[in-house]
Amino acid sequence: MNRTARRKLLSAVFVGACTACVLVALIPLALILFFVVSQGISALNIEFFTHMPTPVGEPGGGMANAIVGTLILIGLGAVIAVPVGILSGVYMAEYSGSRLAGAIRFAADTLNGVPSIVIGIFVYGIAVLPFQQFSTLAGCVALGTMMIPIIARTTEELLLLVPATMREGALALGATRARAVFTVIMPAALPGIVTGVVLALARIAGETAPLLFTAFNNRFFSTRLDQPIASLTVQVYTYAISPYEDWHRQAWAGALVLVTIVLLCSVLSRFATRRLERMHAR
Amino acid sequence: MRSRDWGLRIGTGLFGLVLIAIVAAIGLELSRQSTLSIQKFGIDFWRTQTWDPVAGEFGAFPFIWGTLYSSILALALAAPIAVGIAIFISEFCPTWLKQPLIFLTELLAAIPSIVYGLWGIFVLVPAVRALEVSMPATLRQLPFFSGPPLGVGMLSAVLILAIMIIPFTSSVSREVLKAVPVAQREAAYALGATRLEAIRAALFYARTGIVGAIMLGFGRALGETMAVTMVIGNNPQVSWSLFAPQYTMAAVIANEFTEAADDLYLHALIEIGLVLFAITLIVNSLSRLLIWSMASTQRQSSAAVAIAGEAAA
Repeated sequence: MNRTARRKLLSAVFVGACTACVLVALIPLALILFFVVSQGISALNIEFFTHMPTPVGEPGGGMANAIVGTLILIGLGAVIAVPVGILSGVYMAEYSGSRLAGAIRFAADTLNGVPSIVIGIFVYGIAVLPFQQFSTLAGCVALGTMMIPIIARTTEELLLLVPATMREGALALGATRARAVFTVIMPAALPGIVTGVVLALARIAGETAPLLFTAFNNRFFSTRLDQPIASLTVQVYTYAISPYEDWHRQAWAGALVLVTIVLLCSVLSRFATRRLERMHAR
Repeated sequence: MRSRDWGLRIGTGLFGLVLIAIVAAIGLELSRQSTLSIQKFGIDFWRTQTWDPVAGEFGAFPFIWGTLYSSILALALAAPIAVGIAIFISEFCPTWLKQPLIFLTELLAAIPSIVYGLWGIFVLVPAVRALEVSMPATLRQLPFFSGPPLGVGMLSAVLILAIMIIPFTSSVSREVLKAVPVAQREAAYALGATRLEAIRAALFYARTGIVGAIMLGFGRALGETMAVTMVIGNNPQVSWSLFAPQYTMAAVIANEFTEAADDLYLHALIEIGLVLFAITLIVNSLSRLLIWSMASTQRQSSAAVAIAGEAAA
C-alpha cells in the first residue's frame, strides 16, 4: 500500500512537472508579444508606412523604403522559388519511393537546416562578388534559396493528403499521369499549397542574416534590381544596435509589423490546412 | 502512354535536381572561397585564439568554443522543457486545449530571429544584468560566474537560444510520441501502471526519435545568428564564465563580413562559414536518420502486428 501511494505520488509529480514545462515556455512568448505590442504600438502610425527614414535627431519618419524593399525581395524571391519548389514537390509526391526522390527529400531537409548566414555567404560568392556590387537581385536569390525547400516539402505533404481515389478515378478515365497530376490532384491540393507558399513568404520576410551582405541596406528609396535595397529586418537590426532613442522606437514598430505579418499568416494557414485535412478524413 | 509519363518524371525531376545542386554548390563555393586561409593556417586555424585582422592573424577557436558552449547549454536547458511539453500535449492535455497549445508553440517558432534579438537587447539583457548583480558574492567565486555583471554575454545568449529551440524540439518530439502504438500504453495501463510508468515505457520506445528531435534543436542553435549576435557581447575570448561576453561562429560572420578588407580576412570568415555548414550538415543528417529509423521500426512493428493478427485469424 505504501508502495502504491509512492508510485501515485511520483506520477502526480511528473504530470505537474510536464504542466510546468508548458507554462515555462509560454512565459517568454507572452513577454515577447507584450513588449512588441506595447512598445511597437506607441511608435506605429501612418507615417511609419508612408515616410522615409529621417536623419538622426530629427523626430518622425518611417520605413516606407524598407517596407517596399521587403515586398520586392520576397516577391522576386518567390518568383525564383515557387516553380522549383512546387515541381520538385510534385516529383517527391509522385515518385515517392524512387531513389532520386529520397535524395531530393534529403537535400531539401539539409537546405532547410543550413544556417541562414551560410546562405548569405554562398550568395555573396555567386551573386555579389562577381559584380562587385550588393544588389536587390542577390537578396532575392538568397531569400529564394531559403524558400525552395519549405515550398517543396509542403507541396509534397499536401499532394500526399489528396485521397488516392481521386487519382485512381482520373487514371481509370484514361488520363495520363501528368494530366491526373495537373488537372485533378493539384487543383484539389491548391488551397493548401497556396497557404504553404504564403507561410514560406512570411517566414522568409523575417530573415535578416542572408540579407546582410547580399541586399545590404539603403537609406534611400530604390526599386533598382542592381542596387542595394533596404528591408524591414535589416532596418530593425540597424536601428536596434544604434544608440538613439528615436531609432529604438522605430525598431519596435518594425518588429510589431513583422510579428503581425507572421501571426496573420499562421492563422490563415491553420484554417486552410484544417479544411484540407477534413477533406482527407472524409 | 508510358513515354508521356516520362515527360512528367523528367520535367519535375529536373527541378528536384536543382535542390541537390544547390546543396552541392554551397559546399563547393564555400571551399573555393576559403582556400587562402585553409592553405595558410591549416588546422592551426581551429586551435589558436588570436583573432587580429590588422596583423593578419586568424585563430577561430574562440568562435567554435562560443558556438558549442552556448548551444550545448541552451540544449541542456531546452531539451527537458521541450520533451515535457511534448508529453503534456500528447498525453495529459484536455482535447480542447490541444490545438491552442500547438498553435502557441508554433507561434514561438515563427517569430523572426531579429524580433527575439530586439527583445533580448531591451528586455532580457537588463533582466539578466539585474540577476547577475544580485548574485551572492560566494557564488561569484565560481568560475562560471566570474567577471563583471554586464548583462550581455553567454547567459543571455543561452537563455534566448533555449527559448528559440524549444518549439522545434517539442513539435518533433510530439510527432515521435504520436508514432508510439497506442497498444503499448494500453498494455502498460492494463498491467496497473501509473501514468508516469506508462509514459516511461512509451519514452523508451521512442528514445531514438526523441534524441533525433533534440539534435534537430541543436542544429538550429548552432546556426542561429541574429538574436545571438545581439546579446552575446561579441568578444572573442574563451571562458567558462556565463557572465563573460563571448562570440559565436555565426555572429562573427554577421558582424565582420562586410568589413573584411583583404582577401585573407574574407577567406578566414568564409572558412568559419564552411565549418558551420559542415557541422550543421552532420548534426541535421544524424537527427533525420534517428527520426527516420524510428518511423521505419514503427512501420515494421505495425506490419508484425498485422501478420500476427492474420495468423490468429
